[in-house]
Amino acid sequence: MNNPYFDLLMWARGPGFDIALTIMVGGILLRVVEILVLGRKRDLATAKGSPVGQGVKTIFTRSFPRKGLVPFAPITYIGGYIFHIGFAIAFLFLGAHIALIDGLLGLSWPAANRAIVESATALAVIALFALLYTRITDPVRRALSTFGDYLVWLLSLLPLVLGYVAVNKLFGDPTLMMALHILSAEALMVAFPFTKLMHAVTFLMARYYNGSIQGRKGAES
Amino acid sequence: MTATLERGLNALREQIDAPVASFFTSCVSCGLCAEACIFYRETEDPKYTPIHKLELMRRIWSNEFTLLGRLKSMVGLGRKVTEQDLKDWEELVYDSCTMCGRCTMVCPVGNDLAMMIRKMREGMSGSGHAPVELIGAAERHSDYGSPMGELHPALHAQIKHAETETGIPIEMNKEGADYLVILSAGEIRDYPEVIGAMAKIFKQAGITWTISDDGFEATNVGIQLGNRDVARTLVSKVVEAAEKLKVKGIISPECGHAYQALRWEGPNLIGRSYDFEVVHIIELLDRLRAEGKLKTKGKASGKITFHDPCQINRRGGINREPRNLLNMVADDFVETEDAGTMNWCCGGGGGVGANERAADLRFKAFNRKKRQFDAVGAEKIVTMCAYCHHTLEEQLELHGDEETEVIGLAEMIGEYLDDEA
Ligand code: SF4
Ligand code: SF4
Repeated sequence: MNNPYFDLLMWARGPGFDIALTIMVGGILLRVVEILVLGRKRDLATAKGSPVGQGVKTIFTRSFPRKGLVPFAPITYIGGYIFHIGFAIAFLFLGAHIALIDGLLGLSWPAANRAIVESATALAVIALFALLYTRITDPVRRALSTFGDYLVWLLSLLPLVLGYVAVNKLFGDPTLMMALHILSAEALMVAFPFTKLMHAVTFLMARYYNGSIQGRKGAES
Repeated sequence: MTATLERGLNALREQIDAPVASFFTSCVSCGLCAEACIFYRETEDPKYTPIHKLELMRRIWSNEFTLLGRLKSMVGLGRKVTEQDLKDWEELVYDSCTMCGRCTMVCPVGNDLAMMIRKMREGMSGSGHAPVELIGAAERHSDYGSPMGELHPALHAQIKHAETETGIPIEMNKEGADYLVILSAGEIRDYPEVIGAMAKIFKQAGITWTISDDGFEATNVGIQLGNRDVARTLVSKVVEAAEKLKVKGIISPECGHAYQALRWEGPNLIGRSYDFEVVHIIELLDRLRAEGKLKTKGKASGKITFHDPCQINRRGGINREPRNLLNMVADDFVETEDAGTMNWCCGGGGGVGANERAADLRFKAFNRKKRQFDAVGAEKIVTMCAYCHHTLEEQLELHGDEETEVIGLAEMIGEYLDDEA
């Protein structure tokens, strides 16, 4: 109880987390509603294919690259996959995270062993740096990138690095590091609805719309 | 703020719907759309990145359709769209995009970028920032019924010519025919052989058809310009002609954007579904083939390849049909790299071909097609869009190729039709 960072950790785990979760969930709902209320006009052209079926299918099929494109943007594709999969493993299969989700939703599943979670974390971090490298050096990506893109990069990096440091007690006070890890995750949560992190939700809509527009015409998507 | 700027911005605002908002929200600036775009790939200039072409529409969405953007706007933050911006983006939206839809196929989050370019053009043209050629064509189309001016005399002459050639009478304005045939101005002017080909094919298949003096022009500059009012007027002419003649269907000719205009945008432009069918000529021919009503004799020798028009295949879903047909009449049919759904655009679609300012860019873009044709060593290129046909001929010549022949698929089928069957 003498650890000066204990209160910070407790705040991060308690009220801090509640605030972040509220902002994230409320924000996401708001953003999704904000999109849906714009609506879309009913398409009066007689459908040739299946708009709904293909919309749903495209949500899955668009997870794979179009043939022949990977060699033109290898870092973006490979880095992108490694980051997303690594982040998902670190987030979903660490015992402490599962316990947290169980507490919130009453859902749980077996944890992965620590070596897997830590390798996934390390790979995700390496992938993030590779993605940053191509963002800065590739003229197309550099021109497209805004402050928001770099912010999102940093917000994705911090929880991974701080989590790794805290769990392995690499440096700093472990209690402080754990508190910072949680706070960084909360920063990510708070920023989620108001940054490009929203793509993690709205890609479902975008892919559905794309597939349904093409599907109506009987065209591929 | 000038009235035209305000009109343009309003037109853009009107275009923002749930799909557009979900697309802008989802973009992660990964730049993959650039790799799909012929204009970026052949120039490697980052300004041709598809999502960048949409920046002004994105800004309006961000400033006015998102919570954070609205808050920012209230305190005077958030970049506004100015007259100068619209001027600067005109080249990106019109000269360097054929609305080919390749970018739409690769975006990992699923953004339909080509559809957004189509929408953005509504705002650009609304504010007067569109290529003079397209504005001129729209005016001619409204005044004379075709982007190339008055075409009635030419149409009648070509029909007469086809009748003499084939010995088959073609009855104009015939009520109760199965199909109303419409043609693109390019076909009437440059590739009229298709009329005779259809006469022979439909006679063999036992299909009755007609052409209407009131609505025979299939092209629709309103779609390319991005002007719904023009597009609606032009679609209406054809729809009204079909309704007046009580046909069962309209045959959309070998013209990419005409198919989009009539088949997919048309009902939404006029605000009601059709009670007749719209079928693309190649779709219909393949249907006749499947029913055993299309019989050919002999096959063309030499290497033949096929160019997929973006609006008919990638954006129109007609992919297998031309291949089925081509295999009937070609001995040595070879596909180029990326053929089919991911075929590269000829560089002339979406009004780019009519735009003088874009001539150099179009030439550069075509380098890719030229390399692909050379790689397969095709002696003949078959396609199913008169505008692709025109662009291919023009660009092959500009690239020093006077040998390779270009032909429309329907015309080619007509050539090999078994007259005795
Ligand atoms: S529609 Fe085609 S030409 Fe236009 S931006 Fe996309 S890939 Fe490029
Ligand atoms: S490919 Fe899609 S997500 Fe990537 S930059 Fe282009 S529009 Fe954005």
